[in-house]
Amino acid sequence: MSATVTTPTETAAPSRAPRTALQRIFGKQPHGLLFILPYAAFLALIFAYPLFQAVWISLHDFFFTAPGVDVPKPFVGFDNYSAVLSDPAVRRSFLNVGIFLVINVPLTVLVSLVLASALNSAMRGRTFFRVAFFVPYVAASVAVVSVWLFLFSGGGLVNSILGPLAPDPSWLVNSAFAMPVTALYVTWKQLGFFVLLYLAALQAVPKERYESAAVDGAGAIRSWWSVTVPGVRSATFLVILLATITGANLFTEPYLLTGGGGPNGASISPVLLMYQKGIEQGQPDVASAIGVLLIIGVILMSIVIRRVTGDD
Amino acid sequence: MASTSSRTTADENAELPRTKLMPTTSMDTASRRSRSPLGFLRPLALTIGALVFLFPFYYMFIASLQTDPDTSVRGAFPDPANLTLDNYVAIDGAISLGRSLLNSAIFTGGVLLGTLVIGLLAGYALAQLQFRGRGFMFGLLLLVQVVPFQLLLIPLYVQLIRGYGLADSYLGMILPFLVNGAAVFIFRQFFVTLPPELFQAARLDGASELQVMRLVAMPLVRPAILTVTLLTFIGPWNEFLWPFLVTKEASKQPLAVSLANFIGSQAGREENPFGAMLAGACVLAVPMVLLYILFQRHFNATDIGSGVKG
Repeated sequence: MSATVTTPTETAAPSRAPRTALQRIFGKQPHGLLFILPYAAFLALIFAYPLFQAVWISLHDFFFTAPGVDVPKPFVGFDNYSAVLSDPAVRRSFLNVGIFLVINVPLTVLVSLVLASALNSAMRGRTFFRVAFFVPYVAASVAVVSVWLFLFSGGGLVNSILGPLAPDPSWLVNSAFAMPVTALYVTWKQLGFFVLLYLAALQAVPKERYESAAVDGAGAIRSWWSVTVPGVRSATFLVILLATITGANLFTEPYLLTGGGGPNGASISPVLLMYQKGIEQGQPDVASAIGVLLIIGVILMSIVIRRVTGDD
Repeated sequence: MASTSSRTTADENAELPRTKLMPTTSMDTASRRSRSPLGFLRPLALTIGALVFLFPFYYMFIASLQTDPDTSVRGAFPDPANLTLDNYVAIDGAISLGRSLLNSAIFTGGVLLGTLVIGLLAGYALAQLQFRGRGFMFGLLLLVQVVPFQLLLIPLYVQLIRGYGLADSYLGMILPFLVNGAAVFIFRQFFVTLPPELFQAARLDGASELQVMRLVAMPLVRPAILTVTLLTFIGPWNEFLWPFLVTKEASKQPLAVSLANFIGSQAGREENPFGAMLAGACVLAVPMVLLYILFQRHFNATDIGSGVKG
């Protein structure tokens, strides 16, 4: 810390003097480099190096060793990738990301846009509703999962309301419902964030468009459909993109809500598999390959979404 | 004079029928919809929404106070004969709430300290100082935001936990979250609005750049510091995956981890497992919910989107 205090004084003073050698090499205010250094070091250590490592590990026969022990870890090309791609559990986890998207995206877009439209005017209790919608988003998933476990347990409130209609086996231990309930949980938890996102987008829709829709005789629903929905298209793009990233990164929810992605892997997620294979079973190379495939999948999806929604 | 006033009246008159036909300015959409046959839909939608969002929290609290878990519809209402604080005692006995809360606080505090110190320095440099590589660093900052933490999970585990032996240490927990790009970005956006001349005088008076930043620039970006502080609080407090990997020893686990372990494995041993679980859940959730409610004005969608994880 003290180094950062002294060096700037030395270099900052001659502001109008001819450039020193230091300034010629590092720019007009070279002490800026010292200011950015901690962040740059953080990025190198926590971002760049691990990113490179992730790819490197996935291409080698990598295993955990005691610190300091140097055992050769041979290059195996795409072996880990072909192992991953032929693993039914991995396929199931990617399918589950798909199930998640099919449930999450339409629900999120529809419900959060309706709620944001309803909130988008000066009215009594507006702050209350805004805060209420957002509470699930700021609460820890671990905490909120427990109440969902309670609500959806065999003898829980949901089943006592449903009575004879309750599924058997119950929601979270039923392979047909485990993933959909997980997706529903995540959708519910994050909805408030998307309401705020749409609310910001709605305020950018020009008022004149509503006026001309009204002149054309459009009713409330008609003008919502033909003015509001297209007006917030770029926010919708963001919803789909973030849903894809969330779906790809689920961990806490399947780990706790369905007892580790159960029943029988019906609600397994790619990151949960990375944890199970990489850390529990000691195959970091396979887990890294899942991670790399996952990020490639997310990048491909975001390109497709961009094309489809026509967002630039 | 007379002509002006008469014109105003004429304008007002001309304005009136139009306003009645199709109200246009800010209150517009609200009044139009409330008058339409679908007008009742707005409060209805909002109320249903609020119930759906808040009920699980209410239920979490009520059920955490029940002696016997009552999962019938009647159980959703407080029953004086069935109220107890035993569940809080039970969860405290199982996972030691005090110790867990302390660990959560140290984890969160460490992340907050790192984020403020490193984030302010980097944000200030990116906004106000000219040095080689500034553009590159700013580009990198934006790029980092799109790489999900989970991809780095295995290499970070190999490097920090296996390599540097940081298992069961606060440092191991804190390091990957030491500063986040969102904070740097928010600071940069605030610092960049300040005119550079502001700092010139202080520099000529011989103040060091660090003094210029601390004494001139930072007081002007207090709202950014508050926003970043609030956002930074929520992330590590709620974070589960990484501290779960780092801490195997119960005495080092933050509350999110110890509660999750309780849910996963020990809950079955309790007399009222759901009651104890939900009592722990209340203790974990309440601080952040309160923080949010108290400071809700300072939260906005774009900042949160980049700042909160898990």
